[in-house]
Amino acid sequence: MKDLVSEKVKQMHPSGIRAFFDLVLGMKDVISLGVGEPDFVTPWQIREAGIASLEEGFTSYTSNKGLYKLRLTISQYLKNKYGLDYCPDEEILITVGVSEALDLVLRSIINPGDKIIIPEPCYVSYGPVSELAGGIPVYIDTSKNNFKLTPESLEKSIDKKAKAIILNYPTNPTGVSYTKKELEEIKKIALKYNLLCISDEVYGDLTYDFTHTPFATLPQAKNSTVYLDGFSKSYAMTGWRVGFACGPKEIIAAMTKIHQYTIMCVSITSQIAASEAMHSGRKSVEEMKREYKRRREFVVSELNRIGLECSKPQGAFYAFPSIKSSGLKAMDFCQQLLKEEKVAVIPGTAFGAQFADNIRISYAASFDNLKEALSRIESFLKRNR
Amino acid sequence: MDEILEILEKNALVTPEEIAKMLKKKPEAIKEAIKKYEKEGIILKYKTVINKDLIKTEEPSVRALIEVNIAPQKDIGFDKIAERIYSFPEVTDCCLISGTYDLLVIVEGKNLQKVSQFVAEKLSCLENIRGIVTHFLLKKYKEDGVILKHREENKRIAISY
Repeated sequence: MKDLVSEKVKQMHPSGIRAFFDLVLGMKDVISLGVGEPDFVTPWQIREAGIASLEEGFTSYTSNKGLYKLRLTISQYLKNKYGLDYCPDEEILITVGVSEALDLVLRSIINPGDKIIIPEPCYVSYGPVSELAGGIPVYIDTSKNNFKLTPESLEKSIDKKAKAIILNYPTNPTGVSYTKKELEEIKKIALKYNLLCISDEVYGDLTYDFTHTPFATLPQAKNSTVYLDGFSKSYAMTGWRVGFACGPKEIIAAMTKIHQYTIMCVSITSQIAASEAMHSGRKSVEEMKREYKRRREFVVSELNRIGLECSKPQGAFYAFPSIKSSGLKAMDFCQQLLKEEKVAVIPGTAFGAQFADNIRISYAASFDNLKEALSRIESFLKRNR
Repeated sequence: MDEILEILEKNALVTPEEIAKMLKKKPEAIKEAIKKYEKEGIILKYKTVINKDLIKTEEPSVRALIEVNIAPQKDIGFDKIAERIYSFPEVTDCCLISGTYDLLVIVEGKNLQKVSQFVAEKLSCLENIRGIVTHFLLKKYKEDGVILKHREENKRIAISY
């Protein structure tokens, strides 16, 4: 048969841990700490709004940019919470999760050969999506500095072709976040070299030790920042697939151009539910956040006790402990742990090839499951030491 | 509300040591706080929510919601009359409410006869009671914030980025 797959896609790195994922999915009775989404179900009032909208007959397309009502609500919310001004007409676009928004920004700004700076470890899509858009990812290894990007390492990675940086804080997979002061330092470098900041802040609401600072709120940063956020993590709405992008109107217009041809618009049911989430879901967000915070303390303290060194994540629902004490590399660790103890965690290598000494543990799991899983990991470590 | 109470309200089986880890405090401090809550009557008791419909051997019990109208009398407040009512072991819940009647009383018994008997022979004979309306409870869907039909679980896939 004729070779039908494009060279570009063939050259994309296949995900090295697909096989491991299949192994997990094929096994029964596994306690999984390998899930990148909340264990909560979407709060009822949000689900109810979706159901009611169907009953009332809201089954059509919406405008490409998304329901005006939702854009307006987002605009008002950002104004109230962060003092951020985004015009709902020209500076906000509703997308199919942050994933689509990220793809749209990259496709909107990249000319062939442009470089996109990506601190690692990072969410799996950043590199491949940059490449698909014709860019060249430039990775910065943050492991030497507790997985935090430093202004020095950022400056070193910049050359003439550098176009943008993808920031993600709180970070998947490490849970690292940045204080306003730390962000200021990063911003200075970004401004100095005229970098666009693509800031994925989907875990922003889940920041535990200090107030989350959107990058766009930093002085002079707004005009060179695309702020990405969504409903998936804070409102436990992953399956609804609603995110949004806010940014300079030229970039949002460019993104809208691609979005209108590829996606047309986000599902109307999901947009209506998201709108309800903004109106009545804040209490649920705070409740879930308190619960995550308690689990974080428990998990980090247990991990350190059983010998998996782990610094305290400041946000999201991930811990990224070192497994050096086990003498195993990440993929072996995860496979053996799965087979012997039926506990699933994700090897650090999923988030950058060199992170073979870490695993990602998601504490978006019930307290009972966390407790049981950690005790199984403890037995596993004792046996294998 | 204190986070210790928030945790225990959801799951009374979480140990003080575990709570200490969650809240980054010393286990002794948690134990002390719990003792204090118990002493002050803020923590009244620890109970288990049981879905009795699922117990095969259990004889189904009957519950009735009873609206009680009280004739107010000098020197006898609602509290005193309520106390006479809620002290019966058959009464599981008793609240003073606003509206067309005064007390909402929930009564549990082995069968219809037992409940009727209680209402006819005990409740309605009490002094100061002006009227009673009994509603037998047909099906319970939710109790103390817990949906009895099923455990609501997120049906997410076992692994994802």
